[in-house]
Amino acid sequence: MKNNVYFKYLKPASIELLYAGLSILVALIIGAFFILFTETSPLVAYQRMFEGAFSGNNIYATLFRSTPLILTGLAVAFAFRSGLFNIGAEGQYLIGAFTAAWAGFYFTNLPRIIHLPLVLILAIIAGGLWASIAGFLKAKLGANEVINTIMLNYIAIYLTISYGIRAVNEQPGQPGTPFILSTARIGNLGEIMNVPAIRVHGGFIIALLAALFMWYFMWKTKSGYEIRAVGLNSHAAEYGGVNVAKNVILAMFISGALAGLAGAGEVLGTHSRFIQGMNAGHGFTGIAVALVGNNNPFAVVLSGLLFGALSQGGFAMGRVGVPRDIVTIIQALVIFSIAISQVIRTHLAKKRAKEAAK
Amino acid sequence: MDIILQIFSLTILWSTIRLATPLILASLGGIFSERSGVINIALEGIMLVGAFAGIYGMHLTGSAWFGVLFSIIVGLLIAGIHAVVTVKFKTNQVVSGTAINILASGLTVFLLDVVWNVSGSSPRIGRLPTWTLGPLSFNPIVYIAFIMVPVVWVVLYKTPWGLRIRAVGEHPHAADTMGINVNRIRFICVMLSGAFGGIAGAALSLGELGIFQREMTAGRGFIALAAMIFGKWNPVGAFLASLLFAFAQAISLSAINIPFIPRELINTLPYIVTIIVLATFVGKSAAPKAVGKAYDKGER
Repeated sequence: MKNNVYFKYLKPASIELLYAGLSILVALIIGAFFILFTETSPLVAYQRMFEGAFSGNNIYATLFRSTPLILTGLAVAFAFRSGLFNIGAEGQYLIGAFTAAWAGFYFTNLPRIIHLPLVLILAIIAGGLWASIAGFLKAKLGANEVINTIMLNYIAIYLTISYGIRAVNEQPGQPGTPFILSTARIGNLGEIMNVPAIRVHGGFIIALLAALFMWYFMWKTKSGYEIRAVGLNSHAAEYGGVNVAKNVILAMFISGALAGLAGAGEVLGTHSRFIQGMNAGHGFTGIAVALVGNNNPFAVVLSGLLFGALSQGGFAMGRVGVPRDIVTIIQALVIFSIAISQVIRTHLAKKRAKEAAK
Repeated sequence: MDIILQIFSLTILWSTIRLATPLILASLGGIFSERSGVINIALEGIMLVGAFAGIYGMHLTGSAWFGVLFSIIVGLLIAGIHAVVTVKFKTNQVVSGTAINILASGLTVFLLDVVWNVSGSSPRIGRLPTWTLGPLSFNPIVYIAFIMVPVVWVVLYKTPWGLRIRAVGEHPHAADTMGINVNRIRFICVMLSGAFGGIAGAALSLGELGIFQREMTAGRGFIALAAMIFGKWNPVGAFLASLLFAFAQAISLSAINIPFIPRELINTLPYIVTIIVLATFVGKSAAPKAVGKAYDKGER
């Protein structure tokens, strides 16, 4: 039983879930004080949020909202596992999204079975390469990846939204790129089930597969083992014969690739093109998603679903007069309470170890 | 030739000085925090909330100076969160900073809605007066920033308190042995960085525009950190680096057309310069040795 992989990985995930649940509760309680400013009862607001996220067909909307968040969450978690703080998922998401949109309308006369994978692969490579810039600068020149990934976010915004959209359009003033061809679209669950209200697209399945990929890569391959070794202690890894520089660049590439995939999903499944409002903060929410999921791929999926629910529920709160930016505030509060709870946990574990030693 | 004359014109110089002001103040704040051993990537968020608080303070009191005071107080409060979370609870400093940045981004937009019922930017509230000194004509925060550079240098290198800060950031155990309260110094330094970050935000809103816009800091807090790193955690170095980054910003905001580069991409100049400078001139050296590490008396 102990060697059963499901047992091994799901048990920690359930403990994460408990801590995550408590942290979210704390965040919601503090968030209630902010809601008081809006002269709406926090209880009413939260009730609306809950209904907005879970009742009836809203559950599908939650799955829809969580799709990019699971992927950016995995992206940040992957980098975290290798000891890197990737604050640039937002930029990698934009680069991936733009590449997908471009490849979606540029390649014509391809059958879907070739076009769709091609678009996805190009978006993965583009997002990965964008992140690799920071990985390369970190590995070869020791430049701080935190500041560099943030700078790359701003550059990506100008490159895609300010410049890219104009560059691919003949006429100025377009709010987005041309629409992608139908051969590049990801199928929609609503179409399959014939319920137009349901917007969950194939990107959700891709997100789940990406979580499986991360688990397999990190814990079942040599590369994954090396990347984790670098994350735990880069000096020890170096001494043990691991090429740290190579693994830092590789880890950033895969991290960026996952964020790029999130962008591709939003373009191919949601908007059918790259639009000006594309930078919706999914990359930053991914940081919270990864932290709540404690960088465990399966817990990240659950955490992504939770943040999807928060985001979807935020719209419902907006209708009772609570600005939906309360969701961003709650996300930040969740990060604080998760981070503090982890410290308390380590403290408790140490105390227990000390007592056991006596 | 024409471009070179445009780039090194007086217009660009004045614009550089104005744009350098928030960077100088925020990087000085960063120096206090990091010299004591606490990474403060929350400066971006502190600046943003400071910018909002300045406009809100002026909206409430009608006085721009009260607005500045509001910015400083709110900067202290937000930095206080970072101080409690990182110094007291010993949480990962980058994680806490990121959370504050996300909080600031959400909170300011939330409050725009609650206070003025708008989403993008506040109504025009007003700004600080302009002080003219000979050829110089700037808002008062600009002068404050330039005066603070030597002040912080003297505090850091010529006072016993500055010595303590540096000791705490380099070797907390040794400092502790000497009877210095490591966590108290760190707490104070993080708070100080909040005051600097707050007034840096006021320089943007009250000093320049007279309004608050969502995400108006646009990465300046991070650029200020890069200036601090480029300046090797020294106030004078950070000041010069801030001028360099502000120069890049001044060019990107001016009407100068650079050949072969599309107009929209010239705006990326400050960010690209930051990356290039960090990658080429800095390397791994010079950070305070204990930066990023929480101090726990019992551990070795």
